[in-house]
Amino acid sequence: MVATLLSAAPSGIPEPFLRAESTLGKFMLMFFAIAFFAAVFGLVLFLASLFKGRTGEKAQGAIFAAPAVLLLAVGLMYPAILTIIQSLRGKSGDGSFSFANYSAMFTQPELLTVLRNTALWVILVPFLATAIGLLYAILIDRARGEAFAKALIFLPMAISMVGASIIWKFVYQYKQTDRPQIGLLNQILKVFGFETRQFLLDAPVNTLMLIIVMVWIQAGFAMTILSAAIKAIPDDIIEAARLDGVYGLRMFRYITLPSIRAALVVVLTTIGIGTLKVFDIVRTMTAGQFETSVVANEFYNQSFRYDAPGLGAAMAVLLFVLVIPIVTYNIVQMRKEA
Amino acid sequence: MLTTTADTDVGGFPLYNGSSGTFLPVKEGNDAMATVKFDEATRVYPGNDTPSVDRLNIDIQDGEFLVLVGPSGCGKSTSLRMLAGLEEVNGGKIWIGDRDVTNLSPKDRDVAMVFQNYALYPHMSVADNMGFALKIAGVDKGEIRKRVEEAAKILDLTQYLDRKPKALSGGQRQRVAMGRAIVRSPQVFLMDEPLSNLDAKLRVQTRTQIASLQRRLGVTTVYVTHDQTEAMTMGDRIAVLKDGILQQCATPREMYDSPANVFVAGFIGSPAMNLVSVPVADGGVKFGSHTLPVERDSLAGGGSNVIVGVRPEDVEVGNEGDGLELTVDVVEELGADAYVYGTPTDDAIKLEGGDDSLVKPFIARVDGRRVPMKGEKIWVQPNSSHMHVFNAESGARLSH
Amino acid sequence: MSTLQPAATPESVSDEVIAPRTKVKKPKKSAAGDAAGALNSRWASFVAVVIAVLWTTPTVGLLVTSFRSQIDINKSGWWNAFANPGAFTLDNYRQALEPGSSASFTQYFINTIVITVPAVLLPIFLASLAAYAFAWMPFPGRNVLFVAVFALQIVPLQIALIPLLDIYTNKLGFGASYWSVWISHTIFALPLATFLIHNFMRELPGELMEAARVDGAGHVTIFFKILLPLLTPAIAAFGIFQFLWVWNDLLVSLIFLGGTPEVAPVTVRVAELAGTRGSAWYLLSAGAFISMIVPVIVFLALQRFFVRGLLAGGLKG
Repeated sequence: MVATLLSAAPSGIPEPFLRAESTLGKFMLMFFAIAFFAAVFGLVLFLASLFKGRTGEKAQGAIFAAPAVLLLAVGLMYPAILTIIQSLRGKSGDGSFSFANYSAMFTQPELLTVLRNTALWVILVPFLATAIGLLYAILIDRARGEAFAKALIFLPMAISMVGASIIWKFVYQYKQTDRPQIGLLNQILKVFGFETRQFLLDAPVNTLMLIIVMVWIQAGFAMTILSAAIKAIPDDIIEAARLDGVYGLRMFRYITLPSIRAALVVVLTTIGIGTLKVFDIVRTMTAGQFETSVVANEFYNQSFRYDAPGLGAAMAVLLFVLVIPIVTYNIVQMRKEA
Repeated sequence: MLTTTADTDVGGFPLYNGSSGTFLPVKEGNDAMATVKFDEATRVYPGNDTPSVDRLNIDIQDGEFLVLVGPSGCGKSTSLRMLAGLEEVNGGKIWIGDRDVTNLSPKDRDVAMVFQNYALYPHMSVADNMGFALKIAGVDKGEIRKRVEEAAKILDLTQYLDRKPKALSGGQRQRVAMGRAIVRSPQVFLMDEPLSNLDAKLRVQTRTQIASLQRRLGVTTVYVTHDQTEAMTMGDRIAVLKDGILQQCATPREMYDSPANVFVAGFIGSPAMNLVSVPVADGGVKFGSHTLPVERDSLAGGGSNVIVGVRPEDVEVGNEGDGLELTVDVVEELGADAYVYGTPTDDAIKLEGGDDSLVKPFIARVDGRRVPMKGEKIWVQPNSSHMHVFNAESGARLSH
Repeated sequence: MSTLQPAATPESVSDEVIAPRTKVKKPKKSAAGDAAGALNSRWASFVAVVIAVLWTTPTVGLLVTSFRSQIDINKSGWWNAFANPGAFTLDNYRQALEPGSSASFTQYFINTIVITVPAVLLPIFLASLAAYAFAWMPFPGRNVLFVAVFALQIVPLQIALIPLLDIYTNKLGFGASYWSVWISHTIFALPLATFLIHNFMRELPGELMEAARVDGAGHVTIFFKILLPLLTPAIAAFGIFQFLWVWNDLLVSLIFLGGTPEVAPVTVRVAELAGTRGSAWYLLSAGAFISMIVPVIVFLALQRFFVRGLLAGGLKG
């Protein structure tokens, strides 16, 4: 499929197949694309069915896997390698080879702030979201209206981070203290007699304010998985513990917590990885200004706004490198369980 | 005519439906002789040194019911799957009729298979499950419907045709799996332990029914089981495998009366044959206080010891001092007769087939009205006309 | 030989496959309930209610705001709106949806739909095909390739964006067209999708595929007639996850499409407005809810699948 696309001349694709102005045109383009992809799909199957017999079946396997494998090779592996190379070729990404971008990351004050913020995010978000999710899962377990109570916490998972950012930006909205407030948080400050604040402008509080948004989104995920894990603890273990005289918080400490360990690891690492790549929230609420930038946002800014694609590439590589220990930890823990 | 009564609850299936007089069109459209031939067929799994099936040679006649039997891991299922095309053949050839199918896909072999777990398609109704192969083959809908209904009638599944497999009992699922095979009228039926998921009672009933159904349809059948009783009761011939090597291929009677080696002797028959290692003596072999007469030329190939095999029903309990002395450990009363489990008082005499931790008892069938007490001493000897002698080294049969 | 239960049903298979953890038995009292009981149960309820209120209030605030007039929004806090229910208005939505107006979200909303549908279907197609090959079709190099696909899950999409952009613009001539996002979303979804669908497929008893092959089915028939019907619930769970991912995406669209009304999705538009017209709350609130309404409906209607999809796809990003 990639081959088909590549063989088409760069400028040879007629405009109507690329873009459409009218609503009808857009939908026609969409259906054309689906039909086109289906045709490619059918072609692959047809090609595969041409191979017969025992050896032919092996060829069929390779053909079935080919579109996905090729697409990944051309669309993910190859670009990743290009990015790594670019990150080693200076700020512009096309100079001579050096580690300048990486040393800049650890020396330039504003980039150090980016690293510090990222660390804050990756530490605070997983633990806060998991703690709140776990607490809530326990509190509402088997309570009346459990499903509804869960939906309330879970709903933020369904909406976009952009939407979540708008919701919270409004909560943080600033007006001078003597004027009527429209942001809820400043209204509360005012009610208690404090000065209102510019929550999104004042560092380092502003980073914490952004972190709250991510916690707000992720707590529902933690709650859902942990709640399921709690419900999966076999009754007989709980009954046996009860016969042994274990109740209350000790039940939680000695039975519940060890039983949901695997789920906790999954939740923490999953949220950790998601947090590392957080972009939408920072971009929508502050655009990374006022010392709130994080690695994923800095990648975008360096690449597209500050015209430093080499440094941007180094940021992307850094993301990749930071994901590895979290994934490794996850795998090691899973191995232990198994 | 072989008939059984329709007994829906326990899974009986009448072979012949009296009211309509229909039964399946057998081997419609392929009159070729459906013989099956394993010719030095060998399977080596990647990463293994020893073959899982080692140069297997079996000729199966058209319409024959052949049972492959052996302990787990003996290669019986692998052999069947090689015939089905689900397993590669690394050496030798496999023939169905006069076609060399060694390198054909399963779909081109014209065989139908009944799997251990039935492998019914969970998302299809019973009728769709049975008709799936015909649909793929492009048979027209009316014809499919007709053949499925006929098969359903035979298997007493008519009322379940629209159900999903999930809504059926184990016995019913088993019959659907059978139905899926017979609807196709294939050249060969392959059955891989099809009864192992049924409870004991249903298994006994179904095994008779499968055997008689096969005889009625006359389709060449290869049947895999680890259960020697199933093998004995169902097969026209039995092939016993061990460690990928064919031990013996013969009719149940031959297999029982003259097992080719110690392994087959111990495997076929229940309770198992007693196998005792004894010294060779002048004019025969020494069995306790007796010398059992054995033809000289039978012993020619053996060493100083041979293995004597005697089935429990061929054991004679004699007078004190006659033969081998046993201490009675357990007596199993069966009514008409009883099985006596004893240990030779002479520690030097070991029974084959046991291991160090577990001493294998000597088993004798005795008259149910003259049963020894536990702890009593008895003297036994083989009925010399039903005695088997094997080479102690190779295990091969020495007597004729 | 498979030791799996015979005749596994599609429901049971996919249930176990997707989310063993969500299978819930109902014991009378749980470990968690016990821990909660240790706190005074009145306190427990109180804390739960406080969390629930904290979690809902921000959304309610913006929702209420979206129904207030432009003047009211800036004059007083949304909590004052209930004092005068007569003042609620649909004007903001009317303005946000009015075709042709510069503030309209309609175009962007349509763009989101046009982007999302193929970007969900295509990876499902390709991944299930590849997953079938990896699960049930032996071919040389299969294991190495599968491990490679599996490992690509951890590669952050950021690392591929800029060279991909270069390929689309300079080599393929796509420019800012839907094709760039369709293909990009597909590429980024493939490692996870292939891995998950492969796992679902491996859970099916191998005897099923063997039975079909003996019944005369080739791989193409097995794929369509046996695997796809059996895996529909599992694939749907992944599909819903991918749907939310694409619908809510900002980064991929921002980079490949930019902000032009011709192609940009609603998320890009809302994010852009938040930057340029950060105090136009009448527009932002309505726009935000327009972008949220579809995923929220999907959430409410398909909650079961939705949760499964999240459980299954939790590691993506």
